[in-house]
Amino acid sequence: MHPAPQIPPCPPFIKGGWGDFAPRIYVALSALLLLALLIGVMQGAVALSPLTILKILLRSVGIPVGPVTWQAADETILLELRLPRVLGGALVGAALATAGVLFQGLLRNPLADPYIIGTSAGAGFAATVAILVLPTASVLGFGSVALSAFVGGLLAVQLVYRLARVDGRNSPATLLLAGVVVNAVLGYLGSLSILLFEGSEFRLRHIFTWLMGGIAVNDPRQLLATGPIIIVGIVVAYGCAVPLNALTVGEEGAQVLGVDLKREFRRIIALGALLTGAAVSISGLIGFLGLAVPHILRLLIGPDHRRLLPASALAGAAILVLADTAARSILAPTELPVGIFTALLGGPLFLFLLRRNGRESVWR
Amino acid sequence: MAMRPGIHLQAVHFTYPSGFGLARIELFIERGERVAILGPNGSGKTTLLKVMLGLLHPREGEVSFEGNPLERMGRAELARAIAMVPQELLLPYALTAREVVRLGRTPYLHRYRGPTCEDHEAVQAAMAATDLLSSADRPYSELSGGERQRVILAMALAQKPRLLLLDEPTRSLDLSHQLRILSLIRGLNVKHGLTVISSMHDLNLSSLYFDRLVLLSSGRIVADGPPDEVIQPDIIQEVFGVSVLVGQHPTRSIPWVTLLPDKLDLFFAREDGSAETINP
Repeated sequence: MHPAPQIPPCPPFIKGGWGDFAPRIYVALSALLLLALLIGVMQGAVALSPLTILKILLRSVGIPVGPVTWQAADETILLELRLPRVLGGALVGAALATAGVLFQGLLRNPLADPYIIGTSAGAGFAATVAILVLPTASVLGFGSVALSAFVGGLLAVQLVYRLARVDGRNSPATLLLAGVVVNAVLGYLGSLSILLFEGSEFRLRHIFTWLMGGIAVNDPRQLLATGPIIIVGIVVAYGCAVPLNALTVGEEGAQVLGVDLKREFRRIIALGALLTGAAVSISGLIGFLGLAVPHILRLLIGPDHRRLLPASALAGAAILVLADTAARSILAPTELPVGIFTALLGGPLFLFLLRRNGRESVWR
Repeated sequence: MAMRPGIHLQAVHFTYPSGFGLARIELFIERGERVAILGPNGSGKTTLLKVMLGLLHPREGEVSFEGNPLERMGRAELARAIAMVPQELLLPYALTAREVVRLGRTPYLHRYRGPTCEDHEAVQAAMAATDLLSSADRPYSELSGGERQRVILAMALAQKPRLLLLDEPTRSLDLSHQLRILSLIRGLNVKHGLTVISSMHDLNLSSLYFDRLVLLSSGRIVADGPPDEVIQPDIIQEVFGVSVLVGQHPTRSIPWVTLLPDKLDLFFAREDGSAETINP
């Protein structure tokens, strides 16, 4: 006879429902994000010291910090240029990384990124048309380009979702295929409209830089509109961790585990599209970040979505802020598209981790 | 002893678009029973299990569990009552045995709060019951076939189900692991009163480990009862098209099937599509 196996007692920290909570991960990533934000606001044509930044910030919220030791221009640069841009970068990075986790988990596909089901094509096409037709109009601080990108992205996802529905249900395979088709068709429609539009050659550069991605917060009000969408989106996305984990065992398996698949599918796709759309309206099409950050984090902390979602949001924010700072500093005053830096920073890191893990690489 | 209601299928019809399906299924399985579902490939065993799980909805008829129609139960409510052990899991990324078992707690987890002590204990208990505590932190992909099967079983047990469905649990296992998993399942049934319904291929193993056999053929139930009623030469011949001799197990009072050698003939298919059988 075997003795009855000993079941270890429940660790006390689980008692409050905090099982799995890994504070070290979040402390480390939050520190990284804070550091990135600090570097982001310090760096630029006019260098600002951390102390000056702290004082200006405190004064701007009404806390007295003694005599003003900086120039008035510094205050404008920090509060009206750098801070909105750095915060915009953080929001975009967090949104793209979260959307990447959502789509990779939902479609169980390592190649999924935030744009995979049509956002990039819809946003790209709409932005191209806006740049060609009325590039200067604006509503509530949003330029016509940002607004049409947001709406275009959402419409394209809606189109893909409907095209992919067979017998009243969506499967990952049909979604991916419909996404590829819509991306291709809208991409060529965009090129066609450039060819047909008279005088488009004067706007090619604008279109090109938009498509390459770059943080452009022309009006801080933009952040007031997209910030809440992205923050609420990230919180709601965290609530999708349980069904996303269950999807590890496949769609049918997830249903057996109690997941209402149809509802979760709709919820996660809508959420991913909103996050991506909001990000694209600030930044154009920043590639690679939404693909690579979830992979990097999965290699570092494992595939549990409860950790992966918040950790990816923090890491995505930090990485994009750093990349954007590099993009505007390296050839200053020329600004490079930040998409180039997300690829240059993220690519080698991603490959290094993937190769280091070798056989135990997380995806099968 | 008064029967407590388990899963009841009344006049269930189900058809796939291709035309295959289940017809006129009347099946009443009460709480605490241990039932094997037998039948040739394509006879509808897996389809029947999926109907009992509420994954496939019958075109006609009703499926109820403990008196409640499945359609009126939510997915999570169903998952807390009925669990399923599939033949295998295809995991997109590397998970440890424990991480797989923890997925069984999905229907109990709050969307925002983490797992609680109850979840922790259910996972430990499921792993202890399947003798997995020593391999808890090994990657699922590195486990042997027998261990994987037990991990999948533990995941289902972590759901704390009252009805356990299994899809050919002995498939691709060696002899000792076949007996081990079936003993484990019988133990859960006898000790904890868990209702068990399993699709099976091996007639002898089914007789050894199950009290009631349900024989399917082309989507219909052709026999339903204790092993000695179901395992009869004419029924087996009719359903499987195989001649058998049914004797008695040497030490137990259950039927024992011996294959008769006429099906050991050599089968030749020619290129023109015709075939012949040669008896050596």
